[in-house]
Amino acid sequence: MTTVFTDETRARAREIIARYPADRSRSALLPLLHLVQSEEGYVSPAGVAFCAEVLGLNKAQVGAVASFYTMYKRRPTGDYLVSVCTNTMCNVLGGQEVYDTLAEHLGVGHDETTEDGKITLEHAECLAACDYGPVMTVNYDFFDGVDPQGAVGLVDELRAGNRPTPSRGARLCTLKEMSVQLAGFADEREGAVADGVPGEPSLRGLRLAQQHGVAAPGFDPNTPIRSSKAGDKPAPATPPKAAPTGTTAPDVAAPDRKSPQVRTAETRQPDAKTAVPDAPGTKVPTDGAAPGPRDAQAAEAAGVAANKPASDAKPAGDDAEAQERNLSEAESTGRGSANDKGGQK
Amino acid sequence: MTTPRPETLAKLTPVLTKRWLSPDAWQIGTYEKLDGYAALRKALKAHPDDLIQLVKDSGLRGRGGAGFPTGLKWGFIPQGDGKPHYLVVNADEGEPGTCKDLPLMTHDPHSLVEGVIIASYAIRASRAYIYIRGEAVHAARRLRNAVEEVKAKGYLGKNILGSGFDLELVVHSGAGAYICGEETALLDSLEGFRGQPRLRPPFPATHGLYASPTVVNNVGTIASVPYIVLGGADWWKSMGTEKSAGPMIYSLSGRIANPGQYECGLGITLRELIELAGGMQPGHNLKFWTPGGSSTPLLTAEHLDVPMDFEGVAAAGSILGTTATQIFSDQDCPVYATYRWLEFYHHESCGKCTPCREGNYWMVRVYRRILAGQGTHDDLDTLLDTCDNILGRSFCGLGDGATSSVTSSLKYFKQDYLDYIEGRTAPKLSDKQLVGAH
Repeated sequence: MTTVFTDETRARAREIIARYPADRSRSALLPLLHLVQSEEGYVSPAGVAFCAEVLGLNKAQVGAVASFYTMYKRRPTGDYLVSVCTNTMCNVLGGQEVYDTLAEHLGVGHDETTEDGKITLEHAECLAACDYGPVMTVNYDFFDGVDPQGAVGLVDELRAGNRPTPSRGARLCTLKEMSVQLAGFADEREGAVADGVPGEPSLRGLRLAQQHGVAAPGFDPNTPIRSSKAGDKPAPATPPKAAPTGTTAPDVAAPDRKSPQVRTAETRQPDAKTAVPDAPGTKVPTDGAAPGPRDAQAAEAAGVAANKPASDAKPAGDDAEAQERNLSEAESTGRGSANDKGGQK
Repeated sequence: MTTPRPETLAKLTPVLTKRWLSPDAWQIGTYEKLDGYAALRKALKAHPDDLIQLVKDSGLRGRGGAGFPTGLKWGFIPQGDGKPHYLVVNADEGEPGTCKDLPLMTHDPHSLVEGVIIASYAIRASRAYIYIRGEAVHAARRLRNAVEEVKAKGYLGKNILGSGFDLELVVHSGAGAYICGEETALLDSLEGFRGQPRLRPPFPATHGLYASPTVVNNVGTIASVPYIVLGGADWWKSMGTEKSAGPMIYSLSGRIANPGQYECGLGITLRELIELAGGMQPGHNLKFWTPGGSSTPLLTAEHLDVPMDFEGVAAAGSILGTTATQIFSDQDCPVYATYRWLEFYHHESCGKCTPCREGNYWMVRVYRRILAGQGTHDDLDTLLDTCDNILGRSFCGLGDGATSSVTSSLKYFKQDYLDYIEGRTAPKLSDKQLVGAH
């Protein structure tokens, strides 16, 4: 089944896998999926089987990953993937009309391909070019500040076999050719890396500064890097963390007057060395009984170690050694947390 | 268009963006003429611990949205533990409104590569990855080219510049998943799995990529490092505010005369930024704006003078985020804007946790109903209740972020919602878009 892939693709697959540590070849899965897409225009069952074969995974493991990501297409695509941003900013600036007009003009909906096999249309969620909005991309290269008429003209040119020049970035190639680059290979077209100039919005602040002779403060590139070995003991760079202001019961009155989003954002990124107060398994019941959840976790880890999962082995790690490590960590932190909590009281 | 006042112009501090004016700065020859790789030579002569201390002293905070002190993060990496260490650059720019990292990697890719080498040396990593958003092909093209140029020069690979330090750098393209901007989801994705966030603790500092100590930093953070190495901590702190040091790229989009990237010291106000951008577009008056992307609560015209640093924006009830400043006017509808953002969160929710997966699904449907003129007063309570059950209860910050525009738009613009519900505003969506909304 996997014989549809050429020797060139197989050689490229080996090259991709070699980029990652030998025992971590699974890291090559995303680029490999781009690679099979470069040959078939989408991730076909044969493409999934190919990735599974070269990485020693099963097809379900590969399929689960392929179906998660938007850029892996599950049906044959056209030569040109036309993506119109319809997220809020482009939308209010006219992106929705651009998309609606194109859908009507081409007679296709989201993620559908025209009958001549030239164009696949999709609406995209923020293409990270809001200062150029409304934007659309063709095989991910940008056309800035588009309007419905301009977009129709663009797709007509594509269907007529022309390749209009993007506003920024390199000249157009087909989606299959682009997928080779996405798999991590250099753009081999002569001079393509040099194509395109910075758009004005990217340079606006700079031009303004230049026009008015404004610059950031200058620096001396020979400013010494202070050496701690010279006996110059540096002061602590960050102020000590304030004592937690929250109560131990999470659902009483707010501990401060911050907006809930701000407070939540702060608890999302605690000091990495601080135990998170409400992390599962770290709370000790007030009556001093042994912490149940931890026991359950240790038992689960032991069970997992004894019974290697048949499917996606992610939770238990990829090998017996990792499982052993998980088990011993589960055991030690189980005991540790009970002791720590005792000490904190 | 009016010319900004001199005192406002003086707030421009082009540092990270400066080379963008040199059209060939993406090539190593030009880059090296513009101070390029001078910081690398200087850094490799210093002790790695001293570099970590330097970054701590500079007060550099993460440019990816959370603002965590960078030096502190580096310092968490256990040294002498016998495990491999990793540096992973988060270049998965995709937060609605954010558009600062892509131009940086396109026009000045070497500044990121140089930062990667220095940061890896500081944390003793011998492998580094740049996880770049899949769609960002124009930036990835330049970045891959930069890596090849650097390898040929001997700044990557074995025994870099005779220092005995080895480093391999791989540019890894994602495949279209906003969630992979969340650092633990990014690590899972980089390991070849679905990009879903991990439970923390343990933190990436001890169990990151391949269960080894890992630093995950944003593009802007890492690209700042060479400048700090050259100019020193005190120079860096001469820009910005006491707690939010340094320059920051403010990405202005929307109803202003000149949208674009404006690099200023942290702490500038929106009023000043709009002045730099030539004012509002004719006929538009500021109504609402995001200080740092769609995951940060909306602010209004009453917040024009809030200092846009980490502390100032937090005091105003929002989050500085990525300084992706999306500016909307009285001709834009906050209800519709919020609906579109929710469609985004609904689409991008990874499905791992119920509050985010289900909450966003249902909120989208409530919004469609309201915008089709079929909303009820109870819908507003339903929205707030749903947000209560997502914020802080979802697995990662994606769910939290989804609630930001909902609760803030209801706080400031409840009347706009009522106008749809009570029939004073014409429906914006038609019945056919309502399928499945009941």
